[in-house]
Amino acid sequence: MKYLDEYRDGDVAQKIVGEMRRIQTRPWVLMEVCGGQTHAIVKNGIDHLLPEGVELVHGPGCPVCVTPLEMIDKAHAIARQPKVIFCSFGDMLRVPGSHGDLFTIKSLGGDVRVVYSPLDCLKIARANPDKQVVFFAIGFETTAPANAMLAWRAREQQVDNVSLLVSHVLVPPALEAILQSPDNRVQGFLGPGHVCAVMGYREYEPISARYRVPIVVTGFEPIDILHGTLMTLRQLEEGRAVVENQYSRVLGADGNKPAQALVSRVFEVGDRKWRGIGNIPMSGFRLREEFARQDAEKLFDVAEIATLEPEICISGQILRGIRKPHDCPAFGTLCTPQRPLGATMVSAEGACAAYYAYGRHLQPPIVACAPATVHG
Amino acid sequence: MCLAIPGKVIETFDQAGMLMGKVQFGGIVREACLEYVPETQIGDYVLVHVGFAISRIDEAEAERTYQALRDLDQLTELEAPVVEEYPQ
Repeated sequence: MKYLDEYRDGDVAQKIVGEMRRIQTRPWVLMEVCGGQTHAIVKNGIDHLLPEGVELVHGPGCPVCVTPLEMIDKAHAIARQPKVIFCSFGDMLRVPGSHGDLFTIKSLGGDVRVVYSPLDCLKIARANPDKQVVFFAIGFETTAPANAMLAWRAREQQVDNVSLLVSHVLVPPALEAILQSPDNRVQGFLGPGHVCAVMGYREYEPISARYRVPIVVTGFEPIDILHGTLMTLRQLEEGRAVVENQYSRVLGADGNKPAQALVSRVFEVGDRKWRGIGNIPMSGFRLREEFARQDAEKLFDVAEIATLEPEICISGQILRGIRKPHDCPAFGTLCTPQRPLGATMVSAEGACAAYYAYGRHLQPPIVACAPATVHG
Repeated sequence: MCLAIPGKVIETFDQAGMLMGKVQFGGIVREACLEYVPETQIGDYVLVHVGFAISRIDEAEAERTYQALRDLDQLTELEAPVVEEYPQ
């Protein structure tokens, strides 16, 4: 525990908040992008520590949340097939599709397995040559190098019975979609630390310049988040809009070059639908044509599945920072982590699930700031 | 699930041409692919995401991050079952 104090210390937190109070002249709305940051903010009540008028809204950085329902249904349709071993990270198992979740399929005799690493699928495939092993390859840029390596090794080693159902999303196009929206409220971003550990942060510089918005790449410990918030606030108050790195003890501007190299050999950028938000142009990865044999969407004839999301759910507006969980009449009543109605409740990293987990459905919302204009 | 977990590299080995390591996370040891941090030496600390080291960090950062993740209940992926290599 010897290294912890500096990053937990209440005095340090108070000093940072005091500095925010000193420099702040007007209300500001900032968005943390990463679901891990959202979780840390709600768990530690960081949003309640901030000065009045500094509001944190919660971004789209939860990969499980934004995986479209159609893709989940597609995964389930494949997982139900008799000669298939369907592999997934643990957090996708409880996400309901239109008809039950992967646990249900497993309980009905489907071979559904949780894996730690995508490479586990190669081992499973070699041990089961008469089965097709399908991996549900979801995630942001942090996960892409791992999923890319599975496709690469499967092709190199000619393990022909392994394929990937890819639903990969990218952070920068999502930030642009948020900023382009006519009802956008976000004036500054806390950028996602571990995404940038892979990708670096140079790709955020054109966004920051084009939209005049500060982006501060931030860690996810309480003091990191407070520090990132202060750095963003300082830029806003000084009229600056650049990319800064709060998390320099972990990452640099260029990210991990070997990882980026393999990702771009395996994946290409294409349009991607985000649950709650809709289609965002050039916002995801798909397998390149050379990896058609590893592409589960090409191997399995799963027709487009029409899905219907409940009209009451406002997760699309929550993911874009326009509204918060308490603004939803279903939050904590009709919609709970046990029976989620939409994107932001399906994973622990979603804003609604985090608010619910820490008892905020039992408390009135804390209105810490001057009323911000909410359209729509 | 975008968070990476810090651990200490206690062994490195080659697996069919791929640089791998055994990485210790608290009391749990798991295999991790080291292809993306090829300069890694035994004793180094790395951030591991879904079985892949994505960057090297110092010991102080490793300890801080590990405790922070434990506080956030973000270590459960380490409990996923171990898949043994099929005998070739």
